Amino acid sequence: MKYYAETHEWIEVVDGIATMGISVYAAEELGDLTYVEMPAVGKAFAAGAVIGTVESVKAASDIFAPIGGTVSEVNDALADDPALLNQAPEGDGWICRLKDIKEDDLKKLLTAEQYQKTIAE
Amino acid sequence: MELIFNQGAAGRRGVRLPKCDVRPFTASDLPASLRRGAPAALPEVSELEAVRHYTLLSRLNMGVDTQFYPLGSCTMKYNPKINERMAALPGFANQHPLLSQLRKGGSLCQGSLEVLYETERMLSALMGFAATTLQPMAGANGELTSVMMFAAYHKARGDQRRTVMLIPDAAHGTNPASAAMAGFDCREIASNADGDVDLDALRAALGDDVAGIMLTCPNTLGFFDKNVEKVVELVHQAGGLAYCDGANFNAIVGRVRPGDLGFDAMHVNVHKTFSTPHGGGGPGAGPVGVSEKLVPFLPKSRVVKHADGSYSLAYDYPQSIGYIAPFYGNFGILLRTYTYLTMCGREGCKRISENAVLNANYIRARLAPYYEQKFTRYCMHECVLSARPQTRFGVHALDIAKALLDAGFHAPTIYFPLIIPEALMIEPTETESKEMLDRFCDAMIDIAKKAESDPEAIKRCPLTMPIGRLDEVSAARQPVLTARPCC
Amino acid sequence: MPFIANTDADRREMLAAIGCASLDQLWDKANVPAPTSDFSMLPSGRSEYEVAKHLTHLASKNATELVCFLGMGYYDHFVPAAVSEILGRSGFYTAYTPYQAEASQGTLQAIFEWQTAICRLTGMDVANASLYDGGTAVFEAMVMALRSTQRRHVVLASAVSPIFREMLKCYSANLDCRITTVPTDDERSNQDALLAAVDDDTACVIVQYPNAFGTIEDWTACVAAIKARGALAVCASYPTALAVVKTPGECGFDIVIGEGQPLGMPLSFGGPYLGYMCTTSKLMRKMPGRIAGQAKDASGRTGYVLTLQAREQHIRRAQAMSNICSNENLCALCALSYMTLMGKQGLIEVAELCMAKARYALDVLSSIRGVRRVGSQPFFNEFVLELPVDAAEVSGRMVEKGFAAGFPLGRYYPERQNQLLVSVTEKRTHEEIKGFANSLEAVLWS
Repeated sequence: MKYYAETHEWIEVVDGIATMGISVYAAEELGDLTYVEMPAVGKAFAAGAVIGTVESVKAASDIFAPIGGTVSEVNDALADDPALLNQAPEGDGWICRLKDIKEDDLKKLLTAEQYQKTIAE
Repeated sequence: MELIFNQGAAGRRGVRLPKCDVRPFTASDLPASLRRGAPAALPEVSELEAVRHYTLLSRLNMGVDTQFYPLGSCTMKYNPKINERMAALPGFANQHPLLSQLRKGGSLCQGSLEVLYETERMLSALMGFAATTLQPMAGANGELTSVMMFAAYHKARGDQRRTVMLIPDAAHGTNPASAAMAGFDCREIASNADGDVDLDALRAALGDDVAGIMLTCPNTLGFFDKNVEKVVELVHQAGGLAYCDGANFNAIVGRVRPGDLGFDAMHVNVHKTFSTPHGGGGPGAGPVGVSEKLVPFLPKSRVVKHADGSYSLAYDYPQSIGYIAPFYGNFGILLRTYTYLTMCGREGCKRISENAVLNANYIRARLAPYYEQKFTRYCMHECVLSARPQTRFGVHALDIAKALLDAGFHAPTIYFPLIIPEALMIEPTETESKEMLDRFCDAMIDIAKKAESDPEAIKRCPLTMPIGRLDEVSAARQPVLTARPCC
Repeated sequence: MPFIANTDADRREMLAAIGCASLDQLWDKANVPAPTSDFSMLPSGRSEYEVAKHLTHLASKNATELVCFLGMGYYDHFVPAAVSEILGRSGFYTAYTPYQAEASQGTLQAIFEWQTAICRLTGMDVANASLYDGGTAVFEAMVMALRSTQRRHVVLASAVSPIFREMLKCYSANLDCRITTVPTDDERSNQDALLAAVDDDTACVIVQYPNAFGTIEDWTACVAAIKARGALAVCASYPTALAVVKTPGECGFDIVIGEGQPLGMPLSFGGPYLGYMCTTSKLMRKMPGRIAGQAKDASGRTGYVLTLQAREQHIRRAQAMSNICSNENLCALCALSYMTLMGKQGLIEVAELCMAKARYALDVLSSIRGVRRVGSQPFFNEFVLELPVDAAEVSGRMVEKGFAAGFPLGRYYPERQNQLLVSVTEKRTHEEIKGFANSLEAVLWS
């Protein structure tokens, strides 16, 4: 099941590994994204910490870790093809995976339905 | 245009060097471990090919000598030709900066030292400060110098708590960036409904952790903040210092002295207010004036004048923040400043700001019916309008900028200040004539009408430039920052 | 007042259009406080003719006839006349930052060509549009290393120019980092000691090549060892030398910076000069400052834009890579046109002439009684002489004989009171060098 942060990241946990990225809404709002600065594999982040940055031609926006965890993998495909961030932000445009996650942090996040409601406001 | 690297032919030369009049020593005489592999693939062209290439490139640019260039916040005034002539005088251009540091070397540089001393004195007088350093090599470098002196001041008083710099939301990005480089955290202050600093927001932000405020005066909206003296007073009462970003000094030079308003430090961009060329983005210079309490912290070295009328460099300032520049600042640029200031004199400086403010208000008055003015008040040297009415037709500030290029004008600054959506920031400067302002306003009015009648035509602009709108997204996604190897 | 076009009649018309009776009323309506100063401390304005005469007189008070053996990072090289003509094109010098790319292709393409030329000279992948000067470039490189490694320790060779090191000290005073300076050994940077100073928290090692004493040394192995410890290898370099010596790129450096003045800029008593910065593709997005890149327009034509701007202050504000918001654009154009005119072969010849003349100078100077060279390492065009007496005193007396004899090192290195740093460029003739040696001998022994 996908969860969303108010800061427009999504996260999905499968077998204890969380995959995260930016939401479709965020990707649309930010416009054509040109680059994503990835966290280092092996680095641990607390929920709410800046885990990376996405850049467009005219803006740079921080990405926050929706839950605590340690980076286990980053999406190398984005380095060659940052357009994936716009084409499939919640699919092939995922940003990184986290292990040793704090599952409790998920409780503070929004469900897809709740998130849709906040962005509609 | 074809890159210079793809022109010419193998073995072609641009310059002949003197014959070697001593025993030759060539690259092959260097030990193999220290020798360069292959020669650097620099151009191989004749002098004519080089001159023609760069002359043709220069013609692809708009410049002040050919176009009205109302780029807001940049003060694109005319660059008097005499400035260039003076800076090229061999007595100034050919002096090694270390000459003055040799024993008796000062006597060899009296002309240059006098220029520095007098420029400093004139700038102090115009800004209303006790002393000025000429070292900062650009405006942003002057900002950094100022806030570094703030840090040194608080440290010297044993006050270690002051780690926060206050910055209004309309500030240039350099302000928070400079504050961060001087080790400060930034706290943003909101603007009020008139575009001035919100005093309640300021009061709420003040505390014993505040090192100071960085305030652009006149502000980036082109207004003289009605509360500026109150802002400075409140910051002082809280134990902080006040820095004036002098990017807009052209609006008040010869009339208002920021030192008299209570500021503790201020930088001035000589390439804006004092007519030194912008050079496509530098070199400039950003001298900083300071009040009495910051004098001990000024960068080294300083020029002093002796009773016998001679000048020398002095280094013995134990509280100085140190060396901001390798020597005495961008001397060649400061020399142009001195030339200009000497020509203007006190009456001339006053005429600069009067005419700059009049020109901007004239544009504001003529364009107000066609573009949105968020704050309807008299402006200083620039007026900030908004293309928000045009967005109804799908036309944005960017499109208007491009349409102006086709009309033969450089565009205003767009999308700044950030707090004005679709901002068009127009700064005519004092050196433009009323006829030119009228032609520009006519073009702006035409564009506003056309945005309504034929928005697609505006969005196709520019059509008359050497190139159309460029795909910046692809350029940033797959950056190509150097020419590919030619062979 | 010159430079203002409007006449009194124009002003009257404009005041009427904006609804003001007078200029004073305009000031009032714009909320500007009344002047409290009469500016009487400023002189009255003067005509162009008078000002030119005054400045020509001031210029004549400067000595320009001295034969120059001063260097220390700033050199008296020959500059072809075409360079200043190119810089004097108004399309270049009266334009500003290329915000409107379509109206600034000249500046943008020139930046792109500059980036290419300096990368080819240094052997690096990418460069920025330039920084203020060599000293601030060293500082920016240090900040870039701190950011990209997330470490806080900097190892600095004492054979880096003392001018740069003083600036680094000033600029880093308020930053959360510590700098360890490692002393020099026999005019070489002590590579073993530099490596020994590298710890787990070391962000970078900063060296200079050729170093402040003119020495050239092979950095390849040391650079590999620095990188193996997770630190970046940073090199400040004299660009003219790079035409012939192993490039910093070939040595494996991560960041190459330096002072670009030797590439066609007049000495001009300290500026404006040119900081250059090159790095690897890997670190490209950590580089501060303006960068030009290639782009296409809708009809497929190639043009140039400012790119990777999300690193910069106008977007990232307090989180920007640097506060710099311009470059030394005209100086970069100066270096580009100088490199173009000198060309592939010409720049090598400049470097070879420098080396040949410096060696001749060393021969004749070190054959003077009591004068010897300090160190024995290969050098480019600068070397250190040990004199039998205080070098500052000697350089003062040499000035009277018409020579800027070199820089007395005691000013920055107290233990080197009798040492003189001598620099020789392609401009110095056999006769001038001989005359220098004769005068030095006379100063020392008669």
